[in-house]
Amino acid sequence: MKFKLTFWKTVFLVIMVAGLYSSYVRFFHGLGAATNMSDQFPWGFWIGFDCLCGVMLAAGGFCMVGAVYLFNVERLHPVVKPAVLTAFLGYLLFICGLLFDLGRPWFIWHQLIYRNVHSVMFEVGMCVMTYTTVLFFEFLPNVFERLNWKTPIKWIQAIYPVLIVAGILLSTLHQSSLGSLYLIMPSKLHPFWYTPALPFFFFASAVAVGLSMTIFESTQSAKAFGRQLELPVLVTLGGALLVALWVNLLLRVEDFYHRGLLREIFKPSYEAYFLWLELILTYGIPIAMLSFRKVRLSPKLLYFASVSTVLGFITNRLNIAVIGFETYVGHHFVPRWTEFSITLMMMAMGFFLFGLAVQYLPIFTAEEPHVVHEPSVIGVAPALSHAGD
Amino acid sequence: MSKALLYDATLCIGCKQCEGACAQQNNLPYDDTVAAEPVQSAHKYTVVLNKNDKYMRRLCMHCEEPACASVCPVGALHKTKAGPVVYDVWKCIGCRYCMVACPFSQPKYEWQSLNPRIRKCIMCPDRLAAGKQTACAEICPTGATKFGEREDLIGEAKQRIQQNPANYKPRIYGLNEVGGTSVLLIAGTDVEDFGYPASPKIGEKPMPEYTGRVMERIPDFVPLWTLVLGGVYWISHRRDEVAAAEAAEKNGGKQ
Repeated sequence: MKFKLTFWKTVFLVIMVAGLYSSYVRFFHGLGAATNMSDQFPWGFWIGFDCLCGVMLAAGGFCMVGAVYLFNVERLHPVVKPAVLTAFLGYLLFICGLLFDLGRPWFIWHQLIYRNVHSVMFEVGMCVMTYTTVLFFEFLPNVFERLNWKTPIKWIQAIYPVLIVAGILLSTLHQSSLGSLYLIMPSKLHPFWYTPALPFFFFASAVAVGLSMTIFESTQSAKAFGRQLELPVLVTLGGALLVALWVNLLLRVEDFYHRGLLREIFKPSYEAYFLWLELILTYGIPIAMLSFRKVRLSPKLLYFASVSTVLGFITNRLNIAVIGFETYVGHHFVPRWTEFSITLMMMAMGFFLFGLAVQYLPIFTAEEPHVVHEPSVIGVAPALSHAGD
Repeated sequence: MSKALLYDATLCIGCKQCEGACAQQNNLPYDDTVAAEPVQSAHKYTVVLNKNDKYMRRLCMHCEEPACASVCPVGALHKTKAGPVVYDVWKCIGCRYCMVACPFSQPKYEWQSLNPRIRKCIMCPDRLAAGKQTACAEICPTGATKFGEREDLIGEAKQRIQQNPANYKPRIYGLNEVGGTSVLLIAGTDVEDFGYPASPKIGEKPMPEYTGRVMERIPDFVPLWTLVLGGVYWISHRRDEVAAAEAAEKNGGKQ
């Protein structure tokens, strides 16, 4: 056990040191030195992964809040707090990531004063800003609980309906609008991924990923913090995931059919290989698995199905952000190591903060007494519990 | 009425004086090395391309309804009444959405800078305001780049093609592409050979409409969706309240 902790600690340190060096390159030598972005590829890996995937991976927050507080699925109550925490950290890290990607990040606040209401980017920016605030308030009771402050908790409880409705409204808007960003590029984005239905796909995939991430996270947290897995929770999530995947798949097939691409997608081509990878990971594997009752009742297999789903939708968004532009541009985009390094640093920070929060705040519900960990655990073992935002 | 440029490739002799004048106008370095660069960049807003001794200029098309201006979250780019699509650097946050959105991939970036700016042809707005023509049009020795009112230039382009159909492809590139542009091209070759996107590919619909269709629904969507979400919340919680009240009544009855 001790060796393992040291191992993860080392990994964490290496990632942080490399990340800090890359940050130095980014802010002292510019985007050109730190990334392989160019006039041909003005948006690279960071937009694809940190932004498009990051926001998607944090969708568990609004999915679980919606399920529990809007639709009263009481069974899922134990996962709301960790899901909200993941979402809150995810959005904070997304904003940090954006500061690396923006050329003039010190002017990010310009959105508030020079508003262009016709811009999808403006809408996404405002929604993300407001939603992060909402998540902050949804997360705050954990801190008050810990400090045993009763009155502020009551204040937040009083506005909880507003927070819930606003949170879901804002999520619907910006999760779908991330897809709308690409609507203006019909001549650049490959037809496999360019469709007027992009906003619908982005929202539908966010729900599927929200569910898979919650399964993933519950399983990992259980492992890392030695907690009991709540099987009814996982079974409910698994069932919902199967439905969400079918909805996604039907939308997708309908779109291919509608645009006359059903034949095209089976012809081997550079784009087709990436499309196949995406479709197998998002639909093939998880739908086949989840169709068996045995899988839906097995935490381990459910875990694999959800990992496959998450990887599939990550492939989907990277296809949209990077692969789908390569034919138009005429060459491949390969990120520089510093780009990966900064993204890894963000993820490591996510694990670290999640571990920290779980250790010091009553995230895993009050029903079981707070487990006290040895200090050495911080940020290292929990690293397993939280993936990629 | 707005100003425009007409580039007639059949008149161009590839002297690149427009490149030099453009660089001077915009305080950019220009020497033999820059002149030899066959691509536009942050320090080269316009380029004269040569393919089998046929020439073609590339520059910002100054769309009538520019994609770059519509996508900019802070409105750092906008189309002026006079014609040019201009850039306010002090607003820019550096998201580079304009670069990805532009169907002609015209905005370029200062990738090496620590405070990078978007760079592109801005059609000499200061000169236009002073009643002068653009630097490139003024210096052009053959009249290949001509400055004027858009309507007049369209008329002239049509006339030139009509009078000399053997020399021209029968089209004015920029007349209807993406809803029309303030830079118009006529040539004896296909402009697509020089990297311009094919007309059917970019279409005649102004680019902002692609996102506008979605954006214009948001003001209706927000109150509607709030109502639905609020309604669902109310119903599911009302059910709980009723159940709790009934349970309390039952218990009360027993006692």
